[in-house]
Amino acid sequence: MANPDAVGTRGAPFRMDVERGKIREFARATRSTNPAYLDAEQPVVPPTFLTTTFFWQSGEADPWPAVELDQRRGLHAEQEYTFFGPPPRAGTRLTCQSHISEIYTKQGRRGGELTFAVMVTEFRDETGRLVAQGRLTGVETARPPADQSRADEAMA
Amino acid sequence: MSVPAAPAPWTVGPVTRTDFVRYQGASGDMNPIHHDEEFARAAGFPTPFSVGMWQAGLLGTYATDWLGAENVRGFRIRFLEQVWPGDTLTCHGEVLREYEQDGERRVDVELTCRRQTGGTAVTVWSTFVVPDAAQPEQEATHVA
Repeated sequence: MANPDAVGTRGAPFRMDVERGKIREFARATRSTNPAYLDAEQPVVPPTFLTTTFFWQSGEADPWPAVELDQRRGLHAEQEYTFFGPPPRAGTRLTCQSHISEIYTKQGRRGGELTFAVMVTEFRDETGRLVAQGRLTGVETARPPADQSRADEAMA
Repeated sequence: MSVPAAPAPWTVGPVTRTDFVRYQGASGDMNPIHHDEEFARAAGFPTPFSVGMWQAGLLGTYATDWLGAENVRGFRIRFLEQVWPGDTLTCHGEVLREYEQDGERRVDVELTCRRQTGGTAVTVWSTFVVPDAAQPEQEATHVA
């Protein structure tokens, strides 16, 4: 069961360098052949690239463990990225910070309570300007995910 | 300039474990449930299954080919069905609405990644700026 007291928990700021080679690797893994990613000297990042915070955010920078969702019943329900202008380009040094913004429950379609938790991550450039925001919604289902379809249970 | 018509649906697959692993390496999400057969079975799944964010990334590829890499402003992903090795995926998009915001033309689109069963794996609601036509006009304004 999630810990409702986790709302407001803030991770330490962390750095993420946007790199051309990393953009190329990510674009190829998602089957892009777009020259805007593969040929540009300073390509912008693909729409879901900021998920690569996996390589930069750990320990004190990551407030997600405070939510205490049961891993065996946990699913990634939604993920959103918002860009306040063109997406950041290779060469940008981002300063990022995450916090737990919401925890709430809903009744599932087949009965059983679902617990949702939301983590917001802000991405700022070298001047401190907010360039992007990530919003991760995780759900803890009533039963282990192998026993059910995501569509039926998690998205009720 | 109006919003370009959505490109023809894009078919990817049959998808393989190699696709999943390659994406995992690129994204940094090394959850073993997406590549380790024994781990996936112990968790109650018949085989490893794809990372939801990979399918979402394919929709990102489709959408940025359509509307431009620099123009994306919003990308909201909802994960629905899991994707399994051997699945064939079809990415498709449609325009929901066109409007003005903060002096820019914008378009909201809905993007869908379906499995060969017809089931929807991932839906994305995305917003793009529509680069226009207004460019020379703006330049003229600057000159004036």
